[in-house]
Amino acid sequence: MPKQLILDAAKCTSCVQCELACSLEHEGLFAPAYSRIKVFEFEHGKRNVPYTCTQCDEAWCLHACPTTAISINRELGTKVVDESLCVGCKVCTIACPYGTINYNTRSGKVTKCNLCDGDPKCAEACPTGAITYAMPAGAQS
Amino acid sequence: MSWHNRVLIVNLTTHESRVEPLNQQWRDDYLGCRGLATRYLMDRMDPAADAMSPDNVLIFATGPLTGTMASTGGRYAVVTKGPLTNAIACSNSGGKFGAELKFAGYDLLILEGRSETPVYLLIQDDSVQVLPATDYWGTTVWHTEESIKTAHQDPQLKVASIGVAGEVGVKYACVVNDLHRAAGRSGVGAVMGSKHVKAIAVRGTHGVPVADAERFMSVVKHTHQLLEDSAGRKDLTDYGTNAMIDTMNAFGGLPTRNFQEVSFEGTDKLNPSAMMEVKENGHQNLITNKACFGCTIGCGRIAHIDKSHWAIRERPQYHHASGGLEYETAFAFGPVIGVDDIDALTFAGYLMNEHGMDPISFGVTLAAAMELFELGIITTEHTDGVALNFGNAEALTIMAEKTGLHEGFGQLLGLGAKRLCEHFGRPELAMVVKGQEFAGYDSRAQQGMGLGYATSNRGACHLKHDVFAEDMADQSGNGKAAPCKHSQDKIAMVDSMGICLFTLAAWDIDELQQQVSVACGDDWTQERLMLTGERIWNLERLFNLRAGLGKADDTLPPRLLETPCPSGVAEGRVAELDIMLPEYYQLRGWSENGSPTEQTLDRLGLGDYRAH
Repeated sequence: MPKQLILDAAKCTSCVQCELACSLEHEGLFAPAYSRIKVFEFEHGKRNVPYTCTQCDEAWCLHACPTTAISINRELGTKVVDESLCVGCKVCTIACPYGTINYNTRSGKVTKCNLCDGDPKCAEACPTGAITYAMPAGAQS
Repeated sequence: MSWHNRVLIVNLTTHESRVEPLNQQWRDDYLGCRGLATRYLMDRMDPAADAMSPDNVLIFATGPLTGTMASTGGRYAVVTKGPLTNAIACSNSGGKFGAELKFAGYDLLILEGRSETPVYLLIQDDSVQVLPATDYWGTTVWHTEESIKTAHQDPQLKVASIGVAGEVGVKYACVVNDLHRAAGRSGVGAVMGSKHVKAIAVRGTHGVPVADAERFMSVVKHTHQLLEDSAGRKDLTDYGTNAMIDTMNAFGGLPTRNFQEVSFEGTDKLNPSAMMEVKENGHQNLITNKACFGCTIGCGRIAHIDKSHWAIRERPQYHHASGGLEYETAFAFGPVIGVDDIDALTFAGYLMNEHGMDPISFGVTLAAAMELFELGIITTEHTDGVALNFGNAEALTIMAEKTGLHEGFGQLLGLGAKRLCEHFGRPELAMVVKGQEFAGYDSRAQQGMGLGYATSNRGACHLKHDVFAEDMADQSGNGKAAPCKHSQDKIAMVDSMGICLFTLAAWDIDELQQQVSVACGDDWTQERLMLTGERIWNLERLFNLRAGLGKADDTLPPRLLETPCPSGVAEGRVAELDIMLPEYYQLRGWSENGSPTEQTLDRLGLGDYRAH
């Protein structure tokens, strides 16, 4: 089993350093609007929840894609969008039950978390340990 | 880079908006935020104009690091002429609003004129709309923020708004963004209300580029680590700013019962330990800590009020979490009015955010009213039947609500301590400088703080200088003028970057210089940064001189100048302003009357302002 992004909402302060790091890595500028990871705030900030693609086994986005633009990276367990094949039809964004594959108005393609090819910048940027990249507890590599 | 080089100007009289290119000379001379907005303000209004008239100009300004990954890089400043002080007002705030304004593609937002009818601004990238606020006028900050997000079906909108206090012109009404962060001081919310602007809602997707992303990230990694390793930062994360309450109480500098005393018997009921204590019924005041945009410190507190407490038992609308006590709210609702009921204090904090008022000014104004009451100058006839004795927690919550809603005696409290005490013929009881109320530090115990209060361009303020270490080490006024001046210039510069003052727990000018230079792609040397800070301070001073203020306003109330400190480390001392002020003017290159000399103006590149 590959490493996963482990999100611990109890440690999140909603500083959005993760969103900044993500958008810089993938878009080349600080723009949380285009971040693949989002922090949601509830009840005046009582609960702050970082949230992104879980790289789920079902891979609804992959199955929905009519152009086979989405494939699985077996080593990392990621579902990856090939921008040269994506036509921006957004069917995957409807298929995904988690809402973590999104249409990007800058590129006209869909974007999702690809774990930064195994070096997720959000985990590196998180100051509180709310986002870590590690083996899930009890899992064997 | 890191600038959009775009200024959004909204004329409220005509409801028209336009974008102008940012003045690049001013940007290079004043950085951003506080400094740059001050330069624009000087250009666009007569400082002598009435603060509540359409001639006043209200500026929301971001800085070069706003919206970037520099820790705490989410701050914006609100700069205008303040109705509390009739001096320049410069309040800054965190939360997420400032960064969103920058993401929408604007460095500054300038509001001019006055709308006939109540409006709010909806800014979605390049789309700027002035919309009727009829549905929101007369409602709270919390209602407004939620309703605007619902109306536009966008929970990601970031909103800055005013409560009823701002609409009716409470002299210390603030602008609240993201529910519980505020541009708090000097009545900037009243100016917004005078322009009939209820709220500004922003959504931005343009982002912020930096000149050299790779180098920027390398610098940021280092500066983040410095904060991570700093003991001062850790205290702020773990305990919030309220850790200060025990320090100041033990030192004997915690203003109590309208500055008649300098320590308070009830601090152990209000300090961080009390916030974290689990009561018998299982209630714990503090829930978690919370960060503003981009902040790796997270000093904000999220708390809730005990549902069985008398203040909210019958009011389920307050049974939710929100912003909790920080040092200044703990001081202003606690020691200075003699109250030690943590739930009442937390509730008063909710009311300040909900109605949009500065807790420091409200608390110190209430303290003055309580002293007037105890002296028998005012009675329950004046106070709607409420006994305004020191220590009355119910008086705190009732008066907070009355002031926020402009009802009964609250209308007088909304004038601030200076005007309240003048109204009842006892001006000396107002604990203010230039009409603005003191924060929670006594000027007799901390001489450098006193000099900072007296000379602050926005009236009494603890955030525009930092002489804390020198004050704790030495209780005399000797040698305090130099660190006061130096820190004023340094903080003016930090306030102009778009980051938070609290980063100074771990950063010095070197770290600031690196981050700004790499973000802007410009060579900001340390000398240039310090000179910029000094230029900003002097320009604010020039605004005030033209507004009619002068040396006579650089003073402290008689209680601090004449009545010896009653206890503590500085027992027996008075504020030694007579020693410090002349030395300070000299160091600043100002005349004996407190005006910058022609040489000083020339040295700072302010020659255009000679002999106006």
